[in-house]
Amino acid sequence: MEPRIVTRQGDGSAVELTRSEIRSELEEGTRAAAARARAPELGAGELDHLLDIFASSARFSAVDIGDEVVLSFDGSGTPQQGSRVDALLQYEQCLAADTCELFHIDYSFKAVKTIVGSEQQAMKEAQERVTIPVHYGAQPDLGRYSHPDGPCGNWSELLPAMRIDEARLAQEQAVDLAVKDMVHVAAELYEAGADGINFDTAGAAGDADFLAALLAVERLRAKYPAMGIMVGMASEVVLGTHGRLEYRGTRLAGLKPEGQCRVVQDAGATIYGPAITVNTSRTVAWNVARALTFMKPCMDVARIPVHANVGMGVGGVPMNAFSPVDAVSRCSRACVDILKVDGL
Amino acid sequence: MGSGDTFGMPIAHAVASGMNGLRAAGDLVARLEMAKGMRLTEAKRTVAEALGVGVADLADPLVMHEVRGELRLGRVFELETTYPHDPSPQEAKAAIRQLLGLPER
Repeated sequence: MEPRIVTRQGDGSAVELTRSEIRSELEEGTRAAAARARAPELGAGELDHLLDIFASSARFSAVDIGDEVVLSFDGSGTPQQGSRVDALLQYEQCLAADTCELFHIDYSFKAVKTIVGSEQQAMKEAQERVTIPVHYGAQPDLGRYSHPDGPCGNWSELLPAMRIDEARLAQEQAVDLAVKDMVHVAAELYEAGADGINFDTAGAAGDADFLAALLAVERLRAKYPAMGIMVGMASEVVLGTHGRLEYRGTRLAGLKPEGQCRVVQDAGATIYGPAITVNTSRTVAWNVARALTFMKPCMDVARIPVHANVGMGVGGVPMNAFSPVDAVSRCSRACVDILKVDGL
Repeated sequence: MGSGDTFGMPIAHAVASGMNGLRAAGDLVARLEMAKGMRLTEAKRTVAEALGVGVADLADPLVMHEVRGELRLGRVFELETTYPHDPSPQEAKAAIRQLLGLPER
């Protein structure tokens, strides 16, 4: 009888599987992603390596010495760490972060626009106290521009009513407003000393949301040639809430990591972050195999660094605010070992 | 990276796969990725050449602690090992910019 090994579900809860069952989870995960992404499944050698990682009973797993990658931490800091800038210093001095990120709890460029002066002051303080690079991060958050929070029509209401043209027009109007806000906020924070801007969860509200982020990146790159610009995605597929939007001839709806990476780097970003969401009812092994299969094609087309998103609920990491380190460390290692990512 | 508690997310990732930040040369490699869009392999090689160390040394805290001190690039300190004469963050970043050929801000 095969011994059982403690592993994790996508919600972080412990489950015991045999080595054969873990192997099946990995095979099913890569098969599911390959079918959805129309991408190749992971190879036998890659699955064998993942099996070694996930069938180990060790509490922790890590990359080989020499294979370390850059960690770009978004959302750096929690209330227990004191002020926001205190937290950044702790990330630098105590947590060995390679970069950190100043952010406002209302993680939206539209919201930050109204308090950008205060955010600039915080960035100035951060730059005076921290040596590692400091990003400023927020989300494009296009939904904020629709009724009742913004001036544009609400496409989430218009679409179910089959008012398609109105829904599309509302999104196009929102894009124009969002681009102006993002360029304004990013420029102000860069002028205050930010080493880079993080457009986090780009595409969360669909293809219009993603287009707004790309246009903002394009304008910022033209204005600031040395600005660090990171675009982290919201999910593995860009939803077609508009359906007809294009960036430089590429239709955005339906783009997967390979296509996302192409347009992000064409827009002028310096780091691209694929995000593959977690299925909480499947195992971490299944989710990691699925995530790696989705992300692998983008590594071949990337001219800029790829930092895979491996935070809560993406990249195989359990959807739990207090993730067990046995699962997180396996996801971390798997991304580096299999994808050869430039960072996480 | 992403949200999650401090032990479960940043600490776990940093121990599993990180370049050790200011404890070693992770921030320097990160700066080249961010500012120049340089891929990891090239960024590591460029930093190693600029520092006069091997690529394998870049995540080694013992080697890099000494190098950072000599080149005044800033470094971590702890209760019994303090560096009151080390540069301020602004001075350290100016030295880093010069070392890596990054533009003035």
